[in-house]
Amino acid sequence: MSVEKQRHRELDLTDPFVAYLLAVDGPVDLSTIDIETPLVTTMRSAGVQLAVPIVAHGEVVGVLSVGPRRDGHAYDRDDRRLLSRLTDQAAPALRLAQLIRGQEAQVRERERITQELRVARLIQQQFLPAGVPDVPGWRIGAYYRPAREVGGDFYDFLDLADGRVAIVIGDVTDKGVPAALVMATTRGLLREIAHQVNEPAEVLSRVNERLVHDIPPNMFVTCQFAAFEPATGLLTIANAGHNVPYVNNGHGVCDVRATGMPLGLIAGSQYDQHQITITAGTCMLFHSDGLAEARNPEGRLFGFPRVRDLVGRHHQGDLLIDGLLADLAGFAADPVSLEDDVTLVTLEREVVDPAPADLRPTVLEDFSVASASGNERDARLRVAAAIEPLHLPDATVERLKTAVAEAVMNAMEHGNGFDPDVPVDIRVLASADAVSVEVYDQGGDGALTEADIPDLGAKLAGTQSPRGWGLFLIQNMVDDLFVETVGSRRLVRLEVRR
Amino acid sequence: MTIEQARFSVEVRNDPAGTVMSLTGELNGIAGDAFEAAAARALGAARSELTLDFSATTYVNSTGMALIVGLLGRARAARITVTGRGLDDHKQELFEITRLSDFMNIEVAGTAGDLPNHEPGGCAHA
Repeated sequence: MSVEKQRHRELDLTDPFVAYLLAVDGPVDLSTIDIETPLVTTMRSAGVQLAVPIVAHGEVVGVLSVGPRRDGHAYDRDDRRLLSRLTDQAAPALRLAQLIRGQEAQVRERERITQELRVARLIQQQFLPAGVPDVPGWRIGAYYRPAREVGGDFYDFLDLADGRVAIVIGDVTDKGVPAALVMATTRGLLREIAHQVNEPAEVLSRVNERLVHDIPPNMFVTCQFAAFEPATGLLTIANAGHNVPYVNNGHGVCDVRATGMPLGLIAGSQYDQHQITITAGTCMLFHSDGLAEARNPEGRLFGFPRVRDLVGRHHQGDLLIDGLLADLAGFAADPVSLEDDVTLVTLEREVVDPAPADLRPTVLEDFSVASASGNERDARLRVAAAIEPLHLPDATVERLKTAVAEAVMNAMEHGNGFDPDVPVDIRVLASADAVSVEVYDQGGDGALTEADIPDLGAKLAGTQSPRGWGLFLIQNMVDDLFVETVGSRRLVRLEVRR
Repeated sequence: MTIEQARFSVEVRNDPAGTVMSLTGELNGIAGDAFEAAAARALGAARSELTLDFSATTYVNSTGMALIVGLLGRARAARITVTGRGLDDHKQELFEITRLSDFMNIEVAGTAGDLPNHEPGGCAHA
């Protein structure tokens, strides 16, 4: 007997000959049947004469292929019975081996998927910003949570050449490594082109032209590109099919709509631009569809109206993000297993005091008085007028006026020798936390004498001059007193905290 | 009697409660001559009480302080008690910082009488 074993050849269970074998339930002589299937053809070409099904639990789990007898005789009934017994005994062992092999394949597949997810996450995390930009007068917040099967969300912040700050948010169709790779490519293109052109619509248009030729079939990228001027709050936005952002300006919530096709879909796409001015106290939300399209266990959508409603309840970006996530947690039983990434970016313009917020002081008044007795009065009144808009407490104003008068008198007398042709220069400055008055004379590096606490008893007794109160008064009227030399001039700077 | 100088004038009068110097305008170096002349007359007229009325005084600088110190010294020598009246918050603060308020009685707005000295054995009994 010649028995050929075809090791490691997978049996195609969908071949019609398998069903035939199961029906016959015994050895089949290929030379006696008029069936042509791929399996039969393969077996015939390999010289197989008998096909003996190996059946376990009513299923064909294998076929024992037997070549012709060496003595040239045909297989008789005993041969066939022997072969049937052989396959009957082999069937359980073969079935078990197949199960084990199947489990091993499943483990390998799970490991492959896990590894792919790990790679996808690594790619995404690599390309997400490590922090948010620090823009004086503005607060920017960001939140990103990957879905169980990592999606293609991304966001980015760019400093544009014209001084504007750009916020980019996008979403690549598909999931896993392919989405992560397209996300990384798109992000790179956005960065590269935003350094060449500044207008959001032009940036999206050029990125689309580059992406449309390289992106895999059936994939595209939704994206929003918004650039704002920190000084004016003017924000220009272009949109490539992404969710519209919501703006809460304290009086209600509005959409910021600009139309355009997703990136990578159609060559030659053009993009609208829309402009709004973000005023102080306004908060804006950019969001991916992972939030609005989250579903609860009953299959209900979180929904855009709900997102919009939550934007209306919060004026501060960090509170808005917290509020959205808390609401999402209450809505979906297991937010961790969301089907899509959740990306939130908030832009908030801070409410500033009417007084200058810039740390660099603003000059409120700059003037000179001649060194003649009595002019300290004019200096005192002009300083008072200059600081009036700051609405300082009355006591602070009175103290500063007194200190200014004393400092100017000192400058006229000791710095300029009461020479009416030599002026005393005075500058009034205000910063966010202090008001200062600078008094310049020609005293050079002549230091002011340290103010002793006047001995009033000696003065009253007539053993000490009743004068000598000036510097003592200045020191007690202001929070800080600085004396320094500026070129040939002496500067006395009086400072009170606001 | 009224002696006037630029932005400052002073009136000396005798009330039943004592002699009063009413100071109007800015008490600074320019007011020095007028103040000294008036102070000499007031101290000469006062028996034991001299009131400095600052109700109409718009400004007191360090030179004005020196003028008050000089008057206080002479009043102490003549055993005349000096009272300050009509001081706004800022001038009260100036008098406290310089300790002038330790050597003269200060009438607080809304109170009929004077306040005792802060320092035992102050100007009233020196």
